[in-house]
Amino acid sequence: MTGLFRRRVFLRQAELKGRYDVVIIGGGVNGLSLAYNLAARHGIRDVAVFEAGYIGAGASGRNTQVVRANYNTPENVPLYKASLGIWRTLSQELDFNIQFSTQGELDLCHTTDSLEVERDKSLLNQAYGVQTEVVTPEEIARINPLVDLTGGGSFPVLGASYHPPGATARHDSVVWGYASAASRLGVHVHEGRGVTGIRADGDGCTGIMTAAGPIEAGAVISAVAGWTSIVAGMAGLKLPISTHPLQAFVTEPYRHDLDGLVSSMDLYVYISQTARGELLVGAEILPYNTYSTRSTFDFLSEAAKRSIQILPFMARARAMRQWAGLCDMTPDSSPILGETEVPRFFLMAGMGTWGFKGSPIFGRTMAELVATGRTPELLAPFAPDRFERDRMVPDAASAGTH
Amino acid sequence: MSLLVPCPRCGLRPQEEFTFGGELRALPSPDVEDFARVYLRENAPGPQRERWYHASGCRRWVTLTRDTVTNRIEPGVTPSGG
Repeated sequence: MTGLFRRRVFLRQAELKGRYDVVIIGGGVNGLSLAYNLAARHGIRDVAVFEAGYIGAGASGRNTQVVRANYNTPENVPLYKASLGIWRTLSQELDFNIQFSTQGELDLCHTTDSLEVERDKSLLNQAYGVQTEVVTPEEIARINPLVDLTGGGSFPVLGASYHPPGATARHDSVVWGYASAASRLGVHVHEGRGVTGIRADGDGCTGIMTAAGPIEAGAVISAVAGWTSIVAGMAGLKLPISTHPLQAFVTEPYRHDLDGLVSSMDLYVYISQTARGELLVGAEILPYNTYSTRSTFDFLSEAAKRSIQILPFMARARAMRQWAGLCDMTPDSSPILGETEVPRFFLMAGMGTWGFKGSPIFGRTMAELVATGRTPELLAPFAPDRFERDRMVPDAASAGTH
Repeated sequence: MSLLVPCPRCGLRPQEEFTFGGELRALPSPDVEDFARVYLRENAPGPQRERWYHASGCRRWVTLTRDTVTNRIEPGVTPSGG
């Protein structure tokens, strides 16, 4: 049967094997994107994904669903531009509705400093063929009439950068889309199976340890975001990574009045409306490193206040629930993607607050590296040894979260 | 309630008054490689020795131990700078 009456098995159950060509630690959007790309684009189907909890349990199901390419460095812009290209047809590619929706993003500036940053960003974006432009308060009023140009009376809006390709996608659907597509191609997705160790000999990584015993692997990739330091530690590596939580909240669902994504580069708050109608609000990461995902009232009150300062209608909205996810922050606010000093042990790490939007291209380029041993041009600047070589890709301004 | 940081001079104060100084690291010395000291972090779950600067208070540093899983701070807090 087809269409509406088709019965779909999203995730096939598989027996644990003693050896796989590729073992991926972490069943989040990036690990699953890598698994899917290995199987679909390189014919490497003897792949297993080990997930300690359930797929999408970590940051993949906790982020604020924003997809965009308006980054601030010549290395990052082409990377996220390529990602956005994949996002647009990802539902078709995975045969799974990920609810991709292009809405346009307004990044409001309340200071001349941030307006200068946005001006530079727009020019850099345009040079790489990414649509971003600086707009005046009058133009903001036309793009999104709900924005309070006085910034609640305290933070007048001086201008904004407008990024028409800014979009959202349903984060859980993306996780399930990649998992089911990978599963159909023969990838094993083992939920509830944590990794307790990384095995290595003098020549490099040889596999992993689990509660069910050792598993041999031709290559091992860590894709565990907030827990990267712990997994890399199993391979004897110490990383330039610090784990910080990012909080978010949603209101009760309302009529679809908010046309587009709105964020403030100075107040550190960003707001979108989900397909269900909830207003989804995120702000900055906590300044201290912690593995606690406990929500705080301070965040809720502060983020609500900032939202109302730029979108006054939100004063009447009622908060429904809040949560936190763990971000593995890097010193330069760019991802760490590549092979480590332990041969055949790879990192898909430093996912910070950009792992969701980058997941299609991170998975595709990492699959090429793992499958062929050649580093794709897009990936080269993000190698794990860039800090030691003093070749950082500083992009804190793009994250808008710290 | 968010984190309360015990300042030996000002008492228990909200985390927002402080600047986080990160986990305690080696001081510059010829024995420590600069790259490791500047960039690498333990970032371990469990007790962590760390520094806080009471920017909106006594403007002094404190050193304490916080559990990075529970965020509980151990009672022994070391002031610096007297």
